[in-house]
Amino acid sequence: MPHSAASLSIEGLVKDFGPVSSLDGRMVRVLDGVRLSARPGQVTALLGANGAGKTTTLECAQGLQRPNAGKVLLLGENPYRAGPDLRARVGVMLQEGGLPPSVRPMALLRHVAAMYSAPRDVAGLAERLGIADFGAVSIRSLSGGQKQRLALACALVGQPEVLFLDEPSAGLDPQSRTIVFELIRELRAAGLAIILTTHLLDDAQKLADYVYIIEAGKTVAEGTVAELTAVEGTDELRELRFETVPGLTLPPELMAHLHCAEPEPGRYVLSGNIAAEDISRLAQWWSASGVMPTAISMAPRSLEEVFLDISGRSIR
Amino acid sequence: MSTATPLASRVLRHGGYEAAAMLRNGEQLVLAIVLPLLVLAGLVLTPLLDGYAAPRIDIAAPGVLALCTMSTAFTGQGIATGFDRRYGVLRFLSTTPLGKSGLIFGKACAVAVVLALQLVVIGGTALLMGWRPDAGGLAPAVLLLALGSAAFTALGLLVAGTLRPEATLAVTNLVWILLAAAGGIVLPATQLPAAEPIVGLLPSAALGDGLRSALIEGQFNLLSCVLLLIWAAAASLAAVRWFKWS
Repeated sequence: MPHSAASLSIEGLVKDFGPVSSLDGRMVRVLDGVRLSARPGQVTALLGANGAGKTTTLECAQGLQRPNAGKVLLLGENPYRAGPDLRARVGVMLQEGGLPPSVRPMALLRHVAAMYSAPRDVAGLAERLGIADFGAVSIRSLSGGQKQRLALACALVGQPEVLFLDEPSAGLDPQSRTIVFELIRELRAAGLAIILTTHLLDDAQKLADYVYIIEAGKTVAEGTVAELTAVEGTDELRELRFETVPGLTLPPELMAHLHCAEPEPGRYVLSGNIAAEDISRLAQWWSASGVMPTAISMAPRSLEEVFLDISGRSIR
Repeated sequence: MSTATPLASRVLRHGGYEAAAMLRNGEQLVLAIVLPLLVLAGLVLTPLLDGYAAPRIDIAAPGVLALCTMSTAFTGQGIATGFDRRYGVLRFLSTTPLGKSGLIFGKACAVAVVLALQLVVIGGTALLMGWRPDAGGLAPAVLLLALGSAAFTALGLLVAGTLRPEATLAVTNLVWILLAAAGGIVLPATQLPAAEPIVGLLPSAALGDGLRSALIEGQFNLLSCVLLLIWAAAASLAAVRWFKWS
């Protein structure tokens, strides 16, 4: 990672909630040692199962929750005690949006913009996120994706240096997703520190420069997507999938060191230390046995597998 | 790099925004304008306020202005805040430069704006109906209205910040009806002899009695002022202690 100063750094963050009456008035430890750092010009993703502590971590970073222990520095300051000028440098998109249902989108966006000395051009931003099209109806009648885009606009209108996005792609249709992802990449290129949570590993794999995996209130893994998907320091493990006629048995010279499975009829998954010669042998075997694959794909281990390995496969 | 606009500008801006939201809301308008006008008409057309030295309208108008304060600062503001809390609006706005304190001061400004409009509409109607307030009591009346707004806004925030919005809706409406009927606000507490010692301590009676002393007799009612100050301080402390933003 580059050694520029962190926009957000979190060390040993602990947060208790309660007392909870169903637990005889005991406190519940929601965060128990979260570590996190986010830098300008990068997208930092927090991954975790539901209830792992992603949103609470963000709320402590945004100054909405007061930590019980640990250190949180946002642009060098304690966010819980932050004044208006620190808040002006930080944009927040909450998971539920925080949008008043009876207000019209453009009126809300203009109102939020009025809190900043140098806001973004409201009309341009609304145009960019397609808000102008529904700017005059009340927020209550918007779709989930429209609300998400409006919440993103409200987070961006103050020209922040740090941007928090809690589940930014929740409820987005494919078109909105493309618009939002493009914008996030542009903002990263413009030097913003972007911190997002997601439970969609595909999104993290597409967007994130650096990933933290949070499990039961602790940071349990971190790294770039490439680092996390690599195995034991090697980059040789690959997965090769191909589709063709069902029921084939692979030649022994390939089977010796690769594992082959046919999870569905006609869909084969080769895994192991796949070398270039293996691919060559596979192609020769296809040719010799008159088999033509209809699809071939090769991939490193997916982030999803890494995540499931780390955070367990049981449903909680 | 963006900075925050000055505090006063943020608070006034938010006050205007919230006032507009209250005035756009049909139920809030009924509570703020229609019900007080009906109460005013009812008190003038019925013999409820007979037996006092002054004409009915002179006794009715100060009480209805006190009722307006309770409508806007307590019930109206409480319900709006309760639902804003449910929808996460309070959390979102407190992450912007407006902040938590800006939000609260903005709400107080919105109450002041709506109350000023109520004074014009309802006070104006009363004047047309023959109300002749004592000019010497206008300054104390303004002070009492300010203290009453502060006390009822703090009480409304306390309810909105501790109960679910549906419960806030029920509680603030129910309390409004109870205090309007028997809280010493439009009918002087002396009309309820059995309950007078307790009713007289309520913020509703303090505001109603204080405004009647000022606008009927031109007198400054110190006890009313002190009671309202105590209510405002106690409710503010409780709200600071127990208000939940989410």
